[in-house]
Amino acid sequence: MAQAKAAIVGLGITEMGKVFGRSGTSLAIEAINLALEDAGLKKDDLDGLLINAGISNSIGLGLQNAGGFKGLRLLNHMNAAGSTACQMVQYASMAVQNGMANYVACVFADTPLAAPGASSGAAYGGAARAAAASGNGRPAGPPGWAGLNAHYGYFGVNIGYAMAARRHMAEFGTTSEQFGAIAVAERDWAVMNDRAQMRTPITIEDHQASRFIVEPLHLLDCCLVSNGAVAVIVTSVERAADAKASPAYVLAMAQGHPGDSRSAGDPHEVSTGAVIARETLYGQLGITAKDIDICELYDCYTYTVLVTLEDYGFCAKGEGGAFVEDGKLGPGGSLPTNTGGGELSAFYMWGMTPMSEGVIQARGGGGQRQVAKNDLVLVTGNGGILDYHASIILSPRPA
Amino acid sequence: MTTTTNRPIPTPDERSAEFFRAAKEGRLLIKRCSNCGRNLAPQREACDACTSEALEWAEASGRGVVYSFVVMHQVLHPSFKDEVPYNVALVELDEGPRIISNLVGVANSDIRVGARVEAVFEDLSEEVAVPKFRTVAAD
Repeated sequence: MAQAKAAIVGLGITEMGKVFGRSGTSLAIEAINLALEDAGLKKDDLDGLLINAGISNSIGLGLQNAGGFKGLRLLNHMNAAGSTACQMVQYASMAVQNGMANYVACVFADTPLAAPGASSGAAYGGAARAAAASGNGRPAGPPGWAGLNAHYGYFGVNIGYAMAARRHMAEFGTTSEQFGAIAVAERDWAVMNDRAQMRTPITIEDHQASRFIVEPLHLLDCCLVSNGAVAVIVTSVERAADAKASPAYVLAMAQGHPGDSRSAGDPHEVSTGAVIARETLYGQLGITAKDIDICELYDCYTYTVLVTLEDYGFCAKGEGGAFVEDGKLGPGGSLPTNTGGGELSAFYMWGMTPMSEGVIQARGGGGQRQVAKNDLVLVTGNGGILDYHASIILSPRPA
Repeated sequence: MTTTTNRPIPTPDERSAEFFRAAKEGRLLIKRCSNCGRNLAPQREACDACTSEALEWAEASGRGVVYSFVVMHQVLHPSFKDEVPYNVALVELDEGPRIISNLVGVANSDIRVGARVEAVFEDLSEEVAVPKFRTVAAD
């Protein structure tokens, strides 16, 4: 088995959810400070900073000066949508491996919930906001193709994922109840996570009875929209040996971006970039899906979990529904998945949600929800509408 | 068909004017690569097969199948507050490209992936018409 490429030695998570009155910058600085404290490091130890803003775009390169970070040897504001968290850790790992930096903070912050009572749908309905701004009553659409989509009522990201989920259902017989099994399993994990926003257990019947957002997706198929920030500190394997807390070693890392021409023959989101990434990821360690102990998968929707499991080879393409319906993803199941409640039940910090829980599990810090066998923890992120994909494997051991 | 829609009316621009002009005449345009002949969605500006930017407009048959569809329940735009739930479909044209549209003349509960459809054109103004699709019997 290959040697670790780097290690995560610090994790910082702010308060999550309906956090009002704080800027993204403030939340990001707090997350970095918490991560430094966790790692037993001082601010001056930090010589790298990678920044990822969410939909509210409330942080940027200005974070360096706002947070008083001086003399950095590595700095970037990165955006590959939901795959960015894994990508930041990948680039940070390459940097520490190559002597460009010693300790790199990777931070995500978002404040999409503008005010108490504001709808989360509004936060992610940007196209609709743009269209609505152009008039009232019988508004003129935005120019060109965007106006055509606005006329058709194609707004926000929910529709794109629902379109993919529907296609999967039609092609493979996947059912809404099978999506529900994913929501139920994640909620069962969230019950054991103090940071989770939704901690009341649910049933498949609750999932089915929850209102439709965009058919075939029910409310309980969709992630929470959250304000907050998460940071991790990446360092070299050598420096990690001296860390205050136990490290989570980065054993493998990969990306996959399949492209989609929206034309006959393209699988259009019933297959994802994970198919490309898995060859790289597993190849680095000479393993298969059977060797993975814990999955922390990007779960902006229940469907995303299902298609990611297929694409990492836990089951054959099209068999994801049957694979998840026996409850194997939940506590006590054979494939513990999204063990903190994920984006569906805990909090939605894009790729930092699965990343943070992967770090917790690999370091053995999951408390009541800690999974006993944690040798190989798969962490994935996807962005766009299943357009961009990145993943890493974390482990308590450096090899 | 004519409309009394309250929905946003697209404004043709340089890249889409020809498409809207044809739609007003009841014709559905797609792009075709002058270099390799691949059919492309009307929005494409380069060929996804050969990356050529030498694309020309081509007339599609207007026939295809429902590749996927959703029924939207959220009101993300004020024009749709009395329209929810409404459908949005991804139609795979017989020529290959997939385009977003709406299905008309069918109850949302009767829409099926794989259903045969053909384009109909909805007049929105003196200048603008948009393609939508109605279900037809299988060939």
